[in-house]
Amino acid sequence: MDLSTVTRIIPARQRSDLDALGPTVVPLAGGSELFADPRSHLRGLVDLQTFGWPALTITDNDDDGEDDGGAGLEIAATCTLAELSRLPRQAGWAAHPLFYQCCTALFGSFKVWNVATVGGNLATSLPAGPMITLAVALDAELLVWHGDGSDEVVPARSFVTGNMTNVLGSTDVLRSIRVPLRSLQATTAYRKIALSPLGRSGAVLAGRVDVDTDGVNGAFVLTVTAATLRPVQLRYPQLPTAEELARDIAAIDCWFTDAHGTADWRRAMGLLLGEEIRAELAGLGSRS
Amino acid sequence: MTLEQAAMLATVIFEVNGTPLEATPTPGQCLRTLLREHEHFEVKKGCDTGDCGACTVQIDGTPVHSCIYPAFRAAGKQITTAAGLGQPGSLAPVQQRFVDAAGFQCGFCTPGMVVTAAAIEADAVLDVDESPGLPDLPRLLDLPRLLDLPRLLKGNLCRCTGYRSITDAIVGQHTPPEGSRHAAPWRDHAEASTLGPVRATGRAGDAVGAVGTSPGALNGERVVSGLEPYTLDVAVPGLLHLAVLGSPHAHARIRSLDATRAAALPGVHRVLAHADSPRTLYSTARHESRFDDPDDTLVFDQTLRFRGQRVAAVVAASVAIAEAACRLIEVEYDLLAAVFDPQLALEPGAALVHGDKDPVVSRLADPDRNLVAELHGEYGSVEAGLVEATTVVSGSWQTQRISHTHLETHATIGWLDNDRLVLRTSSQVPFLVQKEICRLFDLDPAAVRVFTARVGGGFGGKQELLTEDLVTLAVLKTGRPVQYEFTRTDELTIAPVRHPMTIDVTLGATADGRLTALKLGVLADTGAYGNHAPGVLFHGTSESVALYNVPNKRVDAQSVYTNNPPSGAFRGYGLGQIIFAIECALDELARELHLDPFELRRLNSVRPGDALVVTHEEGPDLVFGSYGLDQCLDLAEAALERGNRAAVPTGAPWQVGTGMASSMIATTPPRGHRSQASVQLMPGGRYLVRVGTTEFGNGTTTVHAQIAATALSTTLDRIDLVHSDTDAAGYDSGAFGSAGVVVAGKAVLAAATALAESLVAAAASFSGANDLAWQLERDGLRSAGTSVSLDELAEWAGANDVDLTATRREDGALRSLAFNVHAFRVAVNTDTGEVRILQSIQAADAAFVMNPEQCRGQIEGGVAQALGTALFEEVVLDGAGTVTTRVLRNYHVPQLADLPVTEVYFAQSHDVLGPYGAKSMSESTYNPVAPALANAVRDAIGIRPTELPMSRDRIWRLLHG
Repeated sequence: MDLSTVTRIIPARQRSDLDALGPTVVPLAGGSELFADPRSHLRGLVDLQTFGWPALTITDNDDDGEDDGGAGLEIAATCTLAELSRLPRQAGWAAHPLFYQCCTALFGSFKVWNVATVGGNLATSLPAGPMITLAVALDAELLVWHGDGSDEVVPARSFVTGNMTNVLGSTDVLRSIRVPLRSLQATTAYRKIALSPLGRSGAVLAGRVDVDTDGVNGAFVLTVTAATLRPVQLRYPQLPTAEELARDIAAIDCWFTDAHGTADWRRAMGLLLGEEIRAELAGLGSRS
Repeated sequence: MTLEQAAMLATVIFEVNGTPLEATPTPGQCLRTLLREHEHFEVKKGCDTGDCGACTVQIDGTPVHSCIYPAFRAAGKQITTAAGLGQPGSLAPVQQRFVDAAGFQCGFCTPGMVVTAAAIEADAVLDVDESPGLPDLPRLLDLPRLLDLPRLLKGNLCRCTGYRSITDAIVGQHTPPEGSRHAAPWRDHAEASTLGPVRATGRAGDAVGAVGTSPGALNGERVVSGLEPYTLDVAVPGLLHLAVLGSPHAHARIRSLDATRAAALPGVHRVLAHADSPRTLYSTARHESRFDDPDDTLVFDQTLRFRGQRVAAVVAASVAIAEAACRLIEVEYDLLAAVFDPQLALEPGAALVHGDKDPVVSRLADPDRNLVAELHGEYGSVEAGLVEATTVVSGSWQTQRISHTHLETHATIGWLDNDRLVLRTSSQVPFLVQKEICRLFDLDPAAVRVFTARVGGGFGGKQELLTEDLVTLAVLKTGRPVQYEFTRTDELTIAPVRHPMTIDVTLGATADGRLTALKLGVLADTGAYGNHAPGVLFHGTSESVALYNVPNKRVDAQSVYTNNPPSGAFRGYGLGQIIFAIECALDELARELHLDPFELRRLNSVRPGDALVVTHEEGPDLVFGSYGLDQCLDLAEAALERGNRAAVPTGAPWQVGTGMASSMIATTPPRGHRSQASVQLMPGGRYLVRVGTTEFGNGTTTVHAQIAATALSTTLDRIDLVHSDTDAAGYDSGAFGSAGVVVAGKAVLAAATALAESLVAAAASFSGANDLAWQLERDGLRSAGTSVSLDELAEWAGANDVDLTATRREDGALRSLAFNVHAFRVAVNTDTGEVRILQSIQAADAAFVMNPEQCRGQIEGGVAQALGTALFEEVVLDGAGTVTTRVLRNYHVPQLADLPVTEVYFAQSHDVLGPYGAKSMSESTYNPVAPALANAVRDAIGIRPTELPMSRDRIWRLLHG
């Protein structure tokens, strides 16, 4: 829709162009969220696309084959879901299917994928934001550019603080999402449910089993989103038992009710899908 | 902003459909608005939030929702709209397939659908090109991407068709009416059923497009290329725009209103508020008789009775300025006590919503109890009937608010034409709008013209006067053309919704299954205004109850005011809600009696000769003009027994069940529905049909042309049709109550038949040989070797002052009855609450089927809308009058992925009243679906759902809550 109070677009080409940001001037990435809601308080938009950030960068480690921490995938905040969904398969990246799967959890159509961005989805911070699921599930680190010129790296799991709230201040910009190689090499499992077959998510869960340094299964991480006001991560040194996992899911305290499901149903779906993920990653079978 | 930046934003150049366009978008403008500003009206506005897809365009080949695409980014890009894919006479293949497959009804979603489909197709072909293993151009069905169609089309909403025909159009197939043989590959159907395709109706006439055949929609090529104009698809020089300030309170009185700052804003032409309003009370609901609805509404009222009700309006040079000015209006309110629960609204001491109204003047049952309308009556003795019964069941059912979600929102453009007021509006009832506008503003009917372009869906929602009154006021005050367009959020928050009802049913029966008692209690929440409250209540309790022979019946029904947003007319007009309850109660009774539910209906349903009884015998205007309920029951039962070999999901949580329900509907609204049609032989030898009724996807224009062609022994291509215009056609009560075929169609038939006789007489005069027996043919008349062409005859008539026009009226005084039976087989996941439809069957008694493909589409569309009601949709309130589901992503209208292919069967009957023996068949198809589904779910899980929608969380709660 028209943002009829917006009187200027500031194309950002250097970081100082972000100085205009504030309560009435906000960053514009794809626009699919910004232009979908009346926002009569806005006066200006800072266009991040003019930065020309490369969408997807494989930050390879050195040739020595050692994982030196920085290796992995850097996703620009302005990378579209369409670009992300076409992420080329890389040798050893067992987590590769999760990228496409999380794209499909977006309520918006494939045409929205063509414009919606990974950063925009995170920064909107809706419970159903599937890029939140992806980033948290893969223990991504988010690079935040502060308005004062400083940088901060925020773990994805602590970025979203509630229903449409996050750690960003009004002059901050989310620059990129860095996924560590260890997570990319992990085995993942994904479940989504909504009140209709492809509807807005009522619960999206992703599980991850890391490959330990000795090549055996290591830590298990379950990420619960869409059913909860903020993403919840449950971490275990190894695959938990069904009872352990159920106990911990049941203890989550931020299930919520909206048009896309009641809190009690969402909790039940969290338990059901969490166990399906645990079972799948344990190699015990998968959802019928 | 630097000058350089300002200059960059000032002008952008891009291409639209290959033609360069220079434009100056405002910074926050979306591409859709910019394209429409440049008269690319093929790009529609349906939701404004990227959810419906009606605005889809391709940008450098990539499809996007242009309503969420910043306009300034179009610079340097190549944009393709539906009109760029192909135009009438040179359609793109995908457009042609939409025409061939009847892949649209109202057609408002179609341009966006076609652009999306073309992109999917291009991508699919690309995939093949890159795959050397596949030969030549693909058979699309084989392409793996099309298995992904549900996902690819989730951003394209169609409210009319139910998507089967759209799928057929995209894939390039024809699914037969029995559903399964060529079912889409992602659906779990297997082989063809062995019986029961749509009966080949009608004669195999020579005339192309005769009644009983399935010609495509008139103007189909224009619809698929986006060139058929809808209400706002017109450039009006000097057009002003109107925006409304809505009430922030559910019940309040305006103490003061200061519009000084708003009026001073540059670009503002006028601020309108209660001081400007006519003092005449009216109802937004429109009926043939204006006394059907309570007069309780003012154009602007100083008392506000629901959140969002008009406080003031601004007329300005743009929507942006009008909205900005609305934010500058300063209003002080005195808050009033409010009531939101219809039960509480009836109790002593409840806040009174219209306590200021005179019950006689406003036609209200009891405004001191918030009671708008009520019905209490008994036939026989229910008490005695229940004593006689060996089995008694009772229960309470609850239905929800539904938004019609016609993709074209309510909208009107008004202007003055030599001092005449002209309203171009999205309405089902232009003649009724004209009458009421004249009454409200004290105008001579001759001084007011109301017309519609093609209307983008209605479903009852446009049997209301929601925008025309404000536009009239604004035009009269400013003298300028003014446009008022509802947003999608307006549709979800202030446009009337389907009446939510609580319905109590008690049934008694003897051991052999004979009903002895039927007791019905209804409480309807009509919200803050009483538009359609009496009609919905009386109609809802009518055919639902009259369908069954029960010696003892009692109805106690009430419709009450609350401070919730108003309820109004919705497809089925009350029947859907009450049939849901009664048919579920009957299912429960069948279970208690260990009787097959089809058998219970056979035992107790009315048949010709039976009295039609609600609380007394219905009047003589309602007759069995034909009867096909028995066939419908047989057809649905046989189809269910036959099955469709759908794969049943396996695993412990899945439970399978079947269910059915019946419904009956009168083919015409009661107390008269009038239509006048004329048919004229025009110079050039073409026929011009003039008829007042509106086309909004119901297909009446096509059927009217078929009727005229048939009666005049010619072909569709000789028929022109003007409709829905108070200047150009005779009076018509409007397109509601399924009257398009049986009332307006009958008037067309009478006029065309009369003209055919006149033509024979004229041919005789023309030839001077009166004894010859002239026969009408496609292009002229023939007699014993002599012939005269229509062209010649028209020319002769012109020269001799012979008027070859016939005009006839139909008053709808006699009404027939139509029937629908729906059946489902479902699987329910008891862990998640998911209801998966394995088989969906509707058998319809439409009597003679005028256009089988189109009628099938109406049935599929009715079933689709009903499945939305049954499974997904709910306008949710917060308990204090605020709607929380304000955009389509929070109000789930069925997507392609959500719907099964419904098997459609027609009974064979011939109606004595309808034209060519036809009956109406579009709103009724909705009514039996929700109860049939609820009964199937009950069969599967052993617990009866009594609340709509049967969402996954509700079903899960039944099982685990």
